[in-house]
Amino acid sequence: MARFLISRLGQSVVTLLLASVVVFAGVRALPGDPALAAAGEEATPEALAAVRADLGLDQPVWVQYWRFLTSALSGDLGTSVRTGTPVTELIGATLPVTLWLSLYAVLLALVLGLATGVVAAVRRGTWAEAGVNGLSLLGLSVPSFWLGLLAILYLAVGLGWFPASGYVSPAEDPLRALHHLTLPAVVLGAGTAAVVMRQTRASMLQNLSADYVRTARAKGASRSSVVLRFALRNSLVVVVTLVGLQLGGLISGAVVTERIFGLPGFGKLTLDSVFSRDYPVIEGVVLVVTLAYVVINLAVDLLYTVLDPRIRVSGGAR
Amino acid sequence: MSSPTTAGPAAADRLEVDLGSSRGRVLRRLLRDRSGLAGTVLVALVVLAALLAPLLAPHPPTQVHFETPFQVPRTVGFWLGTDDLGRDVLSRILYGLRASLQVGVLAVVLSVVVGTPLGLAAGYWRGLDVVVSRLTDVVLAFPFLVLAVGLAAIRGASLGNAALALGVAHVPQVIRVVRAETLRLRGSEYVLAARSMDASGVRVLATHVLPNAVPSIVVQATVIVPAVVIGEALLSFLGLGIQPPTPSLGIMLSDAQQYIFRAPTAALFPGLAIVLVCLAFNLFGDALRDALDHGGNR
Repeated sequence: MARFLISRLGQSVVTLLLASVVVFAGVRALPGDPALAAAGEEATPEALAAVRADLGLDQPVWVQYWRFLTSALSGDLGTSVRTGTPVTELIGATLPVTLWLSLYAVLLALVLGLATGVVAAVRRGTWAEAGVNGLSLLGLSVPSFWLGLLAILYLAVGLGWFPASGYVSPAEDPLRALHHLTLPAVVLGAGTAAVVMRQTRASMLQNLSADYVRTARAKGASRSSVVLRFALRNSLVVVVTLVGLQLGGLISGAVVTERIFGLPGFGKLTLDSVFSRDYPVIEGVVLVVTLAYVVINLAVDLLYTVLDPRIRVSGGAR
Repeated sequence: MSSPTTAGPAAADRLEVDLGSSRGRVLRRLLRDRSGLAGTVLVALVVLAALLAPLLAPHPPTQVHFETPFQVPRTVGFWLGTDDLGRDVLSRILYGLRASLQVGVLAVVLSVVVGTPLGLAAGYWRGLDVVVSRLTDVVLAFPFLVLAVGLAAIRGASLGNAALALGVAHVPQVIRVVRAETLRLRGSEYVLAARSMDASGVRVLATHVLPNAVPSIVVQATVIVPAVVIGEALLSFLGLGIQPPTPSLGIMLSDAQQYIFRAPTAALFPGLAIVLVCLAFNLFGDALRDALDHGGNR
């Protein structure tokens, strides 16, 4: 187990380092001079040189990279060229919005996807299965931003059930926050729900026809306990990975969802920083995203070992 | 109901004949399935509509009719209504479909051409696997929107750059599928036989592994198309993809958002068009996967 953990941690560090190089190189390939952006179009050559030295842009590339890496490790991501605010502060202010939104969306997707997936597998060949399958195909085929437009048009403005935009922190007022985040979360989670449902159905069908399920039934286990305790538990392994893999898509989705519903989140920060060529913010944003992805993947791998002990054995010192 | 023979040269070798007859079996199985038939017909219709857009569209897609803005659907001459500039919504959807599929095909070709060799190599040589898998992780971790936005910033927003970003974003999926197929096939008897006869790795991959991985690659490609169509619409919606006045379903939606309360149907039809395209390819891809899974050529 310890060896498994250490090797997975090592892999994560390599991924992060690679990502930091890609980010650093990629951001520098963007056109536009950040010193010029910070000093203003009318700056004198001397003022420009001073700003450049101040930002460390006159140093060799590898020095710049080393600086970027060491200060990032110590939690300093620099300051926004545009507003002068520390990047960590900007991220700290916007990340919670997106985390709440994504968490809500993933929870909705899991609950909906698992429940409908199990129903489709257990009620095989009935109208219920056909309906669930149709719904999941639709969920995969509907673009989230269009769903968002329709939701605003009919549910928020038409029926007035939900606010069309704005954000309330769950820490301040949980109920109002839930009210504000419901439509965005449904819009963001719809695609993931469809993916979870399809995978759950497929794995459940496979597991329900497996020998151990027949054995359990023969030994007198009730149908519901077989479905829930054996088949569902084993199906969860695949579903958990899938949800982990959906994260990258979820972040891209959050950018659009936040834009449509006017949420002041991480996605908005990403879009704003790229449009205004705010190098330090772009770097910080992408590093945070990569870190989140790596940590979640690690968590997924650890969850496996809880859900399926065989992985622990083969990953260990055998 | 004889199997359709492939129109290959007369000197087609045995392998090609085998592939041909199994292809016929797969096709028959695909069309016998109800959703497979629906998917195939829908995909054919969508592709035809996009190809024949210049013939089918009642108006040029960028022609403005200032005297008739915001026409409701079923107006004579404008069957799906007009937008704020009086442009015909139906004509714009047909041309938008064309652009969507163009991006779809470009991105799929790119991801398959880049991803297949990488997937084969990663599955065959264990040393390379570590490198390719780490790189795949990095690309997966990178939100494709950041990539697309970066590309748009460096090279300008355009159809080609949207296709490039979307193609790169889907390379990891192709790598994973091809790698898994290679891992499965490299232990098979005929690969072991070829290796025992001193066939080089490249030769084994090209003649024994790749042909058998083709069905999985095709299925993966049909799954990528709808994702790319949605991605293109999303980029154009944000102003990072196709640029006006070229019609695109994403631009139509972003325009419609501005006057959504005045003319809700302007947001309805382009969205429905996207759903239709994606539904068609998803249905087709699912049915194709099932048709191939039932032992077509295994």
